[in-house]
Amino acid sequence: MNLLRVEGMTKRFGGLVAVNDVSFSVDEGEVVGLIGPNGAGKTTVFNLITGNYIPDQGQVLFDGASIKGLRTHKIVDAGIARTFQTIRLFQKMSVLENVLAGQHCRMTTGIFGAFLQSPKARAEEQAALDLALEELEFVGLRHEANNLASNLSYGNQRLLEIARALATKPRLLILDEPAGGMNHQETDALLELIRKLRDRGITVFLIEHDMSLVMQACDKLVVLEYGCKIAEGDPESVKNNPKVIEAYLGPDDDEE
Amino acid sequence: MNRTLISYLLSFALLAASPLVLNRFWLEVLNSVGLYAILALSLNVILGNAGLYNMGHAAFYAVGAYCAAILNTQLDIPILWSLPICGLVAAAAGALVCRPIIHLRGDYLLIVTVGVGEILRIALVNDIFGLTGGPNGIFGIDRPFLFGYKIRKPHEFLYLIWGFVAMTVFLFYRLRNSRFGRALDYLREDEVAAEGSGINTGRTKLMAFAIGAAWAGMAGALYASKMTIISPESFTFWESVLIFIIVIIGGSGNITGVLLGAFLIIGLPEFLRAYVGEFANARMWFFGLAMMIMMIFRTQGILPPGPRFFRLPKAGKEVSS
Ligand SMILES: Nc1ncnc2c1ncn2[C@@H]1O[C@H](COP(=O)(O)OP(=O)(O)O)[C@@H](O)[C@H]1O
Ligand SMILES: [Mg+2]
Repeated sequence: MNLLRVEGMTKRFGGLVAVNDVSFSVDEGEVVGLIGPNGAGKTTVFNLITGNYIPDQGQVLFDGASIKGLRTHKIVDAGIARTFQTIRLFQKMSVLENVLAGQHCRMTTGIFGAFLQSPKARAEEQAALDLALEELEFVGLRHEANNLASNLSYGNQRLLEIARALATKPRLLILDEPAGGMNHQETDALLELIRKLRDRGITVFLIEHDMSLVMQACDKLVVLEYGCKIAEGDPESVKNNPKVIEAYLGPDDDEE
Repeated sequence: MNRTLISYLLSFALLAASPLVLNRFWLEVLNSVGLYAILALSLNVILGNAGLYNMGHAAFYAVGAYCAAILNTQLDIPILWSLPICGLVAAAAGALVCRPIIHLRGDYLLIVTVGVGEILRIALVNDIFGLTGGPNGIFGIDRPFLFGYKIRKPHEFLYLIWGFVAMTVFLFYRLRNSRFGRALDYLREDEVAAEGSGINTGRTKLMAFAIGAAWAGMAGALYASKMTIISPESFTFWESVLIFIIVIIGGSGNITGVLLGAFLIIGLPEFLRAYVGEFANARMWFFGLAMMIMMIFRTQGILPPGPRFFRLPKAGKEVSS
């Protein structure tokens, strides 16, 4: 069953076709990687899925229903959470507050609920705190809960973004270069984390440049170049695909 | 018990005892500080918490004041009864104004809200719907009655106004530590990340404007009944600027800071005028200088807000490593 289906998606920025008639699907429970050289349009694909941009053409289906044109928070509510390539945390807030942001769309207490602080509102607040702490535990940042987000190392900030995304209780988690800025150990831990996510039944769709991580983590790869999809399939076959090799290494000089 | 709570209880106790030692003049100053405190606390939700540059807040103050005045003089509705209505009408005005400009940011929003404030003031001067009395305004507004007792003297107003301040502080602290309060912080810190974390940023902005406007409206109703006469002159651009300055100087987003700001910006000039003489004309100098010093040495205000730290169960330590 396709959890996410992208059909004939195109996005232009002025004269530039950033994403050109791209179609692919992500199955429930899979870990899928989106790869390609810099500027290939990977982040733009993510932004089109999460409603940051609206496709000029094409469809985005999540769990069989179109999510094209929905506002981002609606898409999060539907079950797609993301992290950002350039880290976007609430830097001046605590680590725990950052994770609580993800719980917002699963809570209901409004302004009057806040004024009255009914037992129901208090219980909801406590449950949100507990869940946020659990997600921090899951990514290994529980001990930083009361630290400021800006005090975390680069790698830990990436993990915090994942925890915030997880707090929205997503079915599909979209990660934009999660290993960016991480050292070797952190990347290994990230691979472990992605496997744990799969065990939790969360579908993962990620952009990554670290090929060793991609090859180990992903069940399937989609390859973009200049906005076009040039390959799709399991990591092994994609690795040996001549088009992909050319895209990454440049045209073969021997053929001259 | 918690230090903040104790200092609040002490301060309010001092205020409650102040009529024993202060004369009429100083009680009036305190009342004025109280009204501006309510206004600044209400703007703080919009400007300090949500980070939306609203420099037309006097418009909502005016809506509340005129609403109370019209209801009272035309329909004989007692002021305190009309308080919730004034709040709701001002909230509706806030939401209405905010709706079309919701996507504007920073300086653009600021300019539009200045415009909104001026449009409303000019509408009032032009006796809109024949209800506002034009440049002369509305007079003959009743004093408030509380449990059948007419509130008239400065010290009686002191209890009414500062009682309202106390309630506002209490409720707004709750608001700040709630789901909604956090949403405002996320919105201010990074709108894209907030929306990407599942927060309806458009609606959150609208609600911030509605709540802020509601409280400004109720402050307006209190003001109307205290003065018994209101006119467009009381709701000029300068009022909006003053409220804005209180929030910025006091510490955007911090309730205690904003209260401190109200004392400094409204109370201190009166104090200097009374004791330093010839200060009356130097009021603008004072503001200008204070703003400059703040912008250079302490851009976040006297008492900026900090992150919320939660008391956590101990579990974390054992699991790590
Ligand atoms: N908001 C935008 N406006 C104009 N051009 C953009 C915008 N976002 C991305 N682009 C362009 O689209 C192309 C693809 O960008 P991006 O999706 O970020 O690539 P990748 O993530 O694969 O490195 C780039 O040429 C980039 O300059
Ligand atoms: Mg990118």
